[in-house]
Amino acid sequence: MSVDTATVAKIASLARIKLGAAEVEAMVPELNGILAWVEQLGEVDVTGVEPMTAVIPNTLRLRDDVIDADPLTGGGIRDKVLANAPAAEHGFYGVPKVIE
Amino acid sequence: MSDSTYRIQGATGEWEVVIGLEVHAQVTSNSKLFSGAATQFGAEPNAQVSLVDAAMPGMLPVLNKECIRQAVRTGMAIDAQINTWSRFDRKNYFYADLPQGYQISQLYHPLVGEGSLTVDADEKAGIPEAKVIGIERIHVEQDAGKLMHDQHPTMSYVDLNRSGVALMEIVSRPDMRSPAEAGAYVAKLRQILRYVGSCDGNMDQGSMRCDVNVSVRKPGDEFGTRTETKNVNSVRFVMATIEHEASRQVDVLESGGKIVQETRLFDPTTGTTRSMRSKEDAHDYRYFPDPDLLPLVLDGAFLEDCRNSLPELPDAKRARYEGELGLSAYNAAVLTADVETARWFELLLGETATAQGKQPADVAKQAANWLISELFGALNKLGKDLETSPVSPSAGAELLALVGKGTISGSIAKQVLEKMLETGDGAAAIVEREGLKQESDTGAIEAKVDDILAANADKVEQYRGGKEALFGFFVGQTMKAMQGKANPQVVNEILKVKLG
Amino acid sequence: MTDLTDLGVAAIRSGVASGEFTAVEVAEAFNANVAAAQDALNAFIVATPEKAIEAAQAVDAMRARGEPLGKMGGVPIGMKDLFATAGVQTTAASHMLEGFVPQYESTVSAKLWEAGAGMLGKLNLDQFAMGSSNETSFFGNVVSPWKRNDGGNAALAPGGSSGGSSAAIAARLCPAATGTDTGGSIRQPAAFTGITGIKPTYGRCSRWGVVAFASSLDQAGPMARDVTDCAIMLEAMAGFDPKDSTSLDLPVPEWEAGLNADLTGKTVGIPREYRMDGMDADVLKSWEDGIAWLKDAGAKIVDISLPHTRYALPAYYIIAPAEASSNLARYDGVRYGLRDLPEGAGLQDMYAATREAGFGAEVKRRILIGTYVLSAGYYDAYYTQAQKVRTLIARDFEAAFEQCDVIVAPTAPSAAFALGENIDDPLSMYLNDVFAVPASLAGLPAMSVPAGLNREGLPLGLQVIGRAFDEQGVLNAGLAIEQRAGFTARPAKWW
Ligand SMILES: [Mg+2]
Ligand SMILES: [Zn+2]
Repeated sequence: MSVDTATVAKIASLARIKLGAAEVEAMVPELNGILAWVEQLGEVDVTGVEPMTAVIPNTLRLRDDVIDADPLTGGGIRDKVLANAPAAEHGFYGVPKVIE
Repeated sequence: MSDSTYRIQGATGEWEVVIGLEVHAQVTSNSKLFSGAATQFGAEPNAQVSLVDAAMPGMLPVLNKECIRQAVRTGMAIDAQINTWSRFDRKNYFYADLPQGYQISQLYHPLVGEGSLTVDADEKAGIPEAKVIGIERIHVEQDAGKLMHDQHPTMSYVDLNRSGVALMEIVSRPDMRSPAEAGAYVAKLRQILRYVGSCDGNMDQGSMRCDVNVSVRKPGDEFGTRTETKNVNSVRFVMATIEHEASRQVDVLESGGKIVQETRLFDPTTGTTRSMRSKEDAHDYRYFPDPDLLPLVLDGAFLEDCRNSLPELPDAKRARYEGELGLSAYNAAVLTADVETARWFELLLGETATAQGKQPADVAKQAANWLISELFGALNKLGKDLETSPVSPSAGAELLALVGKGTISGSIAKQVLEKMLETGDGAAAIVEREGLKQESDTGAIEAKVDDILAANADKVEQYRGGKEALFGFFVGQTMKAMQGKANPQVVNEILKVKLG
Repeated sequence: MTDLTDLGVAAIRSGVASGEFTAVEVAEAFNANVAAAQDALNAFIVATPEKAIEAAQAVDAMRARGEPLGKMGGVPIGMKDLFATAGVQTTAASHMLEGFVPQYESTVSAKLWEAGAGMLGKLNLDQFAMGSSNETSFFGNVVSPWKRNDGGNAALAPGGSSGGSSAAIAARLCPAATGTDTGGSIRQPAAFTGITGIKPTYGRCSRWGVVAFASSLDQAGPMARDVTDCAIMLEAMAGFDPKDSTSLDLPVPEWEAGLNADLTGKTVGIPREYRMDGMDADVLKSWEDGIAWLKDAGAKIVDISLPHTRYALPAYYIIAPAEASSNLARYDGVRYGLRDLPEGAGLQDMYAATREAGFGAEVKRRILIGTYVLSAGYYDAYYTQAQKVRTLIARDFEAAFEQCDVIVAPTAPSAAFALGENIDDPLSMYLNDVFAVPASLAGLPAMSVPAGLNREGLPLGLQVIGRAFDEQGVLNAGLAIEQRAGFTARPAKWW
């Protein structure tokens, strides 16, 4: 599979990265080079092989349903979550007006 | 399975509507699905947001056990397959209410698989027969935050309090064929969730929201292209959405147009749906397993605990009320409609049986009738419900015991209830204070009966001449003379003897 | 008096504990080196001399009170700028996070401070840890302190992504530093700069508070001048963290106490697939040396096969970008970091402009690859296939470890290359990690130890790969190599 300018433009838009026409153009051969190379994986016979789900065989731990048990993962820290915000007002984050 | 005969009359003939619902139900839990922040409704903006919920660099999710337990119990309540191996996937898209840039959800291996629920027959609503609605899956996922558009002229405000709250997405099969069926499905689902305790069902607080998938077709044709109307938050609006969307689609198709698969929004003020601009983007969510989380494997003990903690579910309870307690179908349905009503009734029933030294089945009708025809009406007048009722189940049982033992009559009981609601005092105290005790002394009643028969000799003549309907007149007169306190049974007996 | 900056972790710790010198003296000495080298090497994004002094004063005070000092008591270190440090700018070497001051401390850095270490500063790296040469940093590339002996003056790459860490240790700006390894980012820079670094078993070190690149691969580890120092520091960094679902719930072994270079009874596997066509002769020679040293240490040497080796790198370049494309979606200009809001832009335009301005070229390239391989219609062909191949690679190792206790191979196919040499050819840059990536895909502990110099006078590293959880076996084989390699070379000071 190889990509063309339209595909690269579509991917860039999905990834929310603004690319000019020239950048899209330049990216096409680069991505195609990488894709052609990774496609050698298609040679590998994976019949009956499960995709890896956990690199070290392990299952999910479940935590108890306790509020703010650990301050590092609890709430009630509005100042901290807003501290680095490019725009924050009245306790909210601000973004350009969205029309739904 | 019987399909409803709901049809839309178009210019080209009849159309059938096909409906599938995705219900997002907020899981009842103290803390969020993957963080320790609180989930309570109505907090100050961003007050219940952790570093994890705000997707700060390097933050990681850790799964809340209670959310999984509640989703599994819900699955068990709809007889669904519980998948002991499931995992979480990322659904990638950009929006200001989605801090991670992805929602942690379950696409490939959901926690709960195939199940179903039964929508009851409701002739009046246009559901001629009970119908089984398939449920494809329940998966667990994160809720998004909230955007406020009307607080600032050029900005939208973002509140992440809901961000990361646990949701169950309950996905039905496209098995519904009328707005009534869809409405009944949502109501039934809400009823079950509230019984299980896995969701409070508060639709006006957003605890339950429906994505309504609607398509139309000529009866017997293949499924048509569907639209999805997002986040509809009441049973009534679900039905309105379907009605509007179905007729809109018929109009489009009949005028030669095509239905575009798209996301729409319901506007409650106009009762119409419109295309959602913010979701115009091509849907390519790039789902893949969340590498921050491992497979979720449930063991037998966990499942056993989930199953053992399931309450009696509404259908079973209703059947038991009819069968074991001998209640009418109507009363059984009313009493089981909501888990709180059933709970209240069962407390009342237990106390009533104890107070009268009888088996529950022997006092069930008395308790049910009183609750439905007396207490509900009285509370309604006061603008209250069972939750805010000044009369407790045990106070009600005390009142019913006075009736059951013949201490007061049914009509006096009504007066006593009013006083109880007014003052909060107990039934026995009120009866004692107000002298409302029923007269069962045959001598006193006999004396009054004699007076009445003497004063109405003409009517006695007519009665004996065959006008038996006059019996009620004599009863009424006697009761009146006794100020309502005579035991009606004793009155009846004495009158029968005296009138011959 | 010895130059305190010539001392490693163990020596500093014991000198401070015995009162031979104070922790503050050590911190001051390293602070001075950091400041003096900054213009030439650019190893740090931010220096935090006051933090180093503050921590040192606390350790000296503890000593004065007769309290036991921690595992890293009095040792100042460099912190890769991928670890969130409370109150200190954390950037991942990206314009996107320039000025971002975390309100939290990563688990690993918190453990190090708890153990008595102090912070000299935040070390430069490849942007979002994506790169093998440190040339993708928004804050300029790090320059290796090493020079070729050809009389030329080419500026060399310190390796990547932990290139600030490797350069700083090699240049004696710090005795040790944190690194992170996703596909070789600890081992390859260690090899390039003649130092030692270990990536533990996936899950040993918490990822909480570490800016994510590829979650299923990212693992933190120590970089230092020798194996003992790595063992000490790894003990301080590792441990179960309930905040990370992939954290291993296991006690931390006493690796330092368990160090033992006698390999009698141990078997070392030599993977034949790592012997590639046209391989650098000096790299091959250092591998042969290593095998001889291990034999000398008592180990039995066996030939092993890891048949899917050649597919590791392509699998990695699907899995890592896929995870990265999603992990980096949070950089959207809403809650922190850069916001580029062109006049009249809506929300989605703001995202696109912010991410265009904030991410460097290599980051964008990987996000685009990752987005593509996950997108509708391609997911199974790329991502699922890669994860299946990953399973096969892990099985290769499992089978190999039935025949041997550790595996030894070169860390990288070449010595350090010149800055700029590979920058226009992403593929040849990616090939640098050909020997490092398989162990990453399998989550295994792996370390790089200096083995000698090549004909250009540049360091070469040997890699030891162990069974999952067997960091001790890796450290011990590393120690056996270290003792016999007698690597004492250090870059001549030109900065
Ligand atoms: Mg939906
Ligand atoms: Zn959903």
